Amino acid sequence: MPSLSYTSRRELEEHSFTPAVTLLVPVAAIVLQVLLSKLYWRFSYLDLPLIVAIFFAVSRRSPAAGTLTGAAIGLVQDALTGRPIGVNGMAKSVIGYIAASIGVQVDVDNLTTRVVMNFGFSLLNSLILFLINRRLLGQAEAHLQWLQELIRAVANTVVALPIFLLLDYTKRPE
Amino acid sequence: MESFFIRFKNVLVLVAVLLAQTIGLAIQVRRPVESGAPDSEHVTLLRHWVVAVVTPFERFFHGIGYNVRYGWSNYIDLRDTRQKNQDLKNEIARLRLEQAQLAEDAMQGHRLQELLKFQQHYVASTIAAQVIGTSGTDQSRVLYIDKGSNDGLKVDQAVITPDGIVGKLREVFPHTAQVLVIDDQSSGAGVLLATTRIRAILHGSQGGRIVITNLTPDERIKPGEQVLTSGGDQVYPRGLAVGTIESIAPDPEHQPYTTIVVKPATNLFQLEEVLVITATQSDLTALAQKDLAQGATTAKQMADAKTAADQEAAEAAAQSASQIVAERLPSIHEAETAPDPNAPAGAAKPTVANPAVTVPKPLPTLHPDRYTPGTTPPASSLTPGAGHPPAASRQPAATSTDDGATPPPAPKKETAKPEASTPNN
Repeated sequence: MPSLSYTSRRELEEHSFTPAVTLLVPVAAIVLQVLLSKLYWRFSYLDLPLIVAIFFAVSRRSPAAGTLTGAAIGLVQDALTGRPIGVNGMAKSVIGYIAASIGVQVDVDNLTTRVVMNFGFSLLNSLILFLINRRLLGQAEAHLQWLQELIRAVANTVVALPIFLLLDYTKRPE
Repeated sequence: MESFFIRFKNVLVLVAVLLAQTIGLAIQVRRPVESGAPDSEHVTLLRHWVVAVVTPFERFFHGIGYNVRYGWSNYIDLRDTRQKNQDLKNEIARLRLEQAQLAEDAMQGHRLQELLKFQQHYVASTIAAQVIGTSGTDQSRVLYIDKGSNDGLKVDQAVITPDGIVGKLREVFPHTAQVLVIDDQSSGAGVLLATTRIRAILHGSQGGRIVITNLTPDERIKPGEQVLTSGGDQVYPRGLAVGTIESIAPDPEHQPYTTIVVKPATNLFQLEEVLVITATQSDLTALAQKDLAQGATTAKQMADAKTAADQEAAEAAAQSASQIVAERLPSIHEAETAPDPNAPAGAAKPTVANPAVTVPKPLPTLHPDRYTPGTTPPASSLTPGAGHPPAASRQPAATSTDDGATPPPAPKKETAKPEASTPNN
């Protein structure tokens, strides 16, 4: 008789979202990011679209859906910048895939897990962006400033916790 | 085969998405080549869609914030307005004087440029726009303004504020435009160091600083030197303020070049309104010419006033000197105040230039005595053993004698009264 562990798929809940939430929450995150950055330039260190991409990925627990969600959010984010489109799209595709894969394995509703997850994915996002800039775009002057990225990761984690709690209300259990 | 796709569905999706984006990146990086240049048509289309979705929200929230700020600052928060108005008037007066001082130099420079056939570009027209959004990330420093191609904006037009340059238009949409700020990594501008007149290329850095990295060490370049646009990039007109040199340090990665950090003249983090330069011209605008002429007129008036003041001061100094001389020579002073009635008609009057023309003469003595000049009789008329005549009896002789040629009257007795006395001879 097979024993069911705490992290087995059958015990874990898969969540889905209404189309309105799926569409409006990422757009709201991007618009809010833009407005906050205009209000005070240091808010540009935050990455609200990344937080939303992680949330959708771990909630759906589908790596394919996480990849596509991350790619879509990243591409929209890229379109607002002056950089080539696809930089953030690639980074968030990878993060969406990994986040969804982790969501299958661990309890992502736990507060500690959320803290570690957001902190780690924020650093991973910075690392992927650096690699894309340095290797794919050939920007030799690109450097990874670890202190700044650590601060960014901490800030994203702090902001992500209330956002996750807020977005928990939009889940639609299947 | 079907089971392979089902089994590795997630990984395949990831690989496909990454591959597609990598190909897209490669296409974009290959075309166009110049950094900061607008995208190709397909990329612009995607940006157009996203901007069309996001910009209305930005406009909406920006409008709310703008109206709140407008209402507060124009109807509620009016403290110290009179004082500020007075301060501004004083500043205008000061600037007019400065303008007058610079006007002649400007006109002279303008004439020299015409003589040299130097092609200068002056700002002919600008369009004011409000900043409604940013890129939202520190990796790309772009702004969105509320004016677009429908307002006459075009790609590569310069964006400035009264303080200095901001950037250039990178993408232009019908109602919005994307501004590539000067501190973005892909941004650049041709600049000129104001004091040393050294030309350089300025660009943004990853950390959001503005740097010059194509200059070798030069002792003449000092922190605090002003940096201006050179006009060589065909985007920014010549002479606009860029910033001031903040620091100079050797570039360890690109020896022997230096890294010169420039502090921007404009606060690039708090931009609310900007000006887009839509046209330039080789001659000064009519308004600028009028201001220049006014400044030149003011400068001329100031110069005339200064000349007159100098002349008055010189005259006053000369008069003061003559007064000092007059005080030191009382006879001259008395001669001026009481002219000599015995002086000949043709005699030159004493002047400031020639104070010693007339020899001064003493006034008649009111109470003559024996010591009064001209009262001493000649020795031939004196009798040995006889006493000196009284002074009063010699008064008429003294009064009638100017130069001592007339012989003095005979001495009288001491007992005789002056009124009844007569000449003895």
